[in-house]
Amino acid sequence: MKRYSLVVLVLSLASAFVFFLGRAMLELGPTAIDLRAPVAAHLAESGVTHPVTAVLLNYRGYDTLLEIAVLLLALLAILAVVGEAPASPTRAAHPVLQALGRLAVPLMVVVAVYLLWAGAFRPGGAFQAGAVLAAAAVLLHLVGLLPGWSKPRLGLRFGLAAGFALFLAVAAGLLTQGSLLQYPPAAAGVLILLIESGLTVSLALILAGLFLLLSREAEA
Amino acid sequence: MSTGFIFALTGAILFAAGVAGVVLIGHLLRRILAFNLMGSGAFLVLVGLAQRQDVVDPVPQAMVLTGIVVAVAATALALALVRKLHALTGQLELPDDVDA
Repeated sequence: MKRYSLVVLVLSLASAFVFFLGRAMLELGPTAIDLRAPVAAHLAESGVTHPVTAVLLNYRGYDTLLEIAVLLLALLAILAVVGEAPASPTRAAHPVLQALGRLAVPLMVVVAVYLLWAGAFRPGGAFQAGAVLAAAAVLLHLVGLLPGWSKPRLGLRFGLAAGFALFLAVAAGLLTQGSLLQYPPAAAGVLILLIESGLTVSLALILAGLFLLLSREAEA
Repeated sequence: MSTGFIFALTGAILFAAGVAGVVLIGHLLRRILAFNLMGSGAFLVLVGLAQRQDVVDPVPQAMVLTGIVVAVAATALALALVRKLHALTGQLELPDDVDA
């Protein structure tokens, strides 16, 4: 009976929250701070022509820098939690699934490179490209072509940290020019592409690692 | 009523459903899912309210993109912790919930 009244209480509170928040959102006036105009005005000197990419990697570059740091931290924490387990032999999936995996993965790599390149002028960018690459790795693992990860060796460790390290190096290098992550307009496009390439590799490895590190424990 | 408002209202509903789930559900896997529902609701409110006017504001969109990736990392860490708990105690609920 106590449980039932708790459910009713929580549900009615949640409904009231939705009702009042909806009313408040309906009465919301125009935004006090309009960021669309400044974003559009400085787009020419941001090095890219897509506004979301410009915000992510130029205007608010430190957000993205901290984001990749958080991802790396999460992976390190997972490594600490799951500890060391030997990589178990993978179970081969049905041949048709394996053939499909072999067909799909090269296409996914092409799509990832396209997304990375397209991020400069249309929706796309490092995070989407990294997610597609990570999905390719997960697909290979699920059909039994890629073993789960055991303790990461030196090369993998470099790969995981490369994106963050590269981003940090560029940010620190720009300190000599003025402030953190303030790109000179002439070099902005090249620097953003460089950072995004590094981010793509590291993101793909980190996101794939989130899956492959956890899955090897289940097999063991 | 604009499309943006419908997105924002859907986000509010998802958030409330997520909060109710986190409070009411003891099973940790479902609780993590409910927590993700809260996050998705907050993201929808952000992008929905950002397109109240005709031209979409790119800043909230970029923030949501950042938030989604961080949410994925947090979810993975939570799942790793839950599996550790399961391996150590054989239970998928927090000790307080089991006693109650």
